[in-house]
Amino acid sequence: MVYLTRRYRFSAGHRLHNDAFDADENRRVYGKCNNPNGHGHNYLLEVTVAGAIDAATGMVFDLVALDGIVAERVLEKFDHKNLNLDMENFRTRVPTTENLCLEIYKLLRKPLEEAGADRGLLLDRVRLEETSLNSFEYVPDRSGRRKG
Amino acid sequence: MIYVTRRAEFSASHYYHNPDFTPEENRRIFGKCNNPLGHGHNYVVEATVSGTINPATGMVLDLKELKVLLEQEIIQLMDHKFLNKEVPAFANKNPTTENLAVEIWNLLTPKLAHGALHRIRVYENPDLFADYYGD
Repeated sequence: MVYLTRRYRFSAGHRLHNDAFDADENRRVYGKCNNPNGHGHNYLLEVTVAGAIDAATGMVFDLVALDGIVAERVLEKFDHKNLNLDMENFRTRVPTTENLCLEIYKLLRKPLEEAGADRGLLLDRVRLEETSLNSFEYVPDRSGRRKG
Repeated sequence: MIYVTRRAEFSASHYYHNPDFTPEENRRIFGKCNNPLGHGHNYVVEATVSGTINPATGMVLDLKELKVLLEQEIIQLMDHKFLNKEVPAFANKNPTTENLAVEIWNLLTPKLAHGALHRIRVYENPDLFADYYGD
């Protein structure tokens, strides 16, 4: 089993706000991220797939296929968008980087694992840096999953 | 358990090709990486060793040991080389980032005197890397 990671970038705007909280609570919980006009980030996305090396090609997964799936399912939908207003996905959820990680994992898992089904490819994890000072990672609980 | 990582760099050229494939298949599967004249990368290898801290030294292992091992076993073998032509493991196997991670693991693990090799990570460039844990 080899773990292959590819990095991608997208830029998007968002506002952290929960309608269930009152204005004071939103300001207390989300601080400057609650600014009603929104703000933006250059997100750095890491996608890790795990699988056996194909003896004929030496590859775990075709990078062109990986790039195509990530571009179609994530980058084209998220890049240069307002995550709160442009995206169905965050109508009822706050577009925190935690929720973005979960959403991106959900969007990628099926197409990637179907494309690599002949070698039992797994989407191992999705890691997202909101800025160079903070990062978030979603690793589903699966038996045999490698940590660290 | 503590994990200690040492990084090393080498620059090398390679290309991807399978003689069992037709020229069209090789071009379709490997794309621009199929150029037989090769192309190059600045590779970064991270070797992570796990172990317990020796109470007398405060160390899992002498990092110099890992540095020397990386230099002798990997850098001298691969730096400024054409991997397909000059590294025996890749005479009949594509030097992909995935295969490099496995090969570097296989070269280092029998030579490591202290601690256990936990992970080999090979960066082909800052946006692409492969991890191998030995299984």
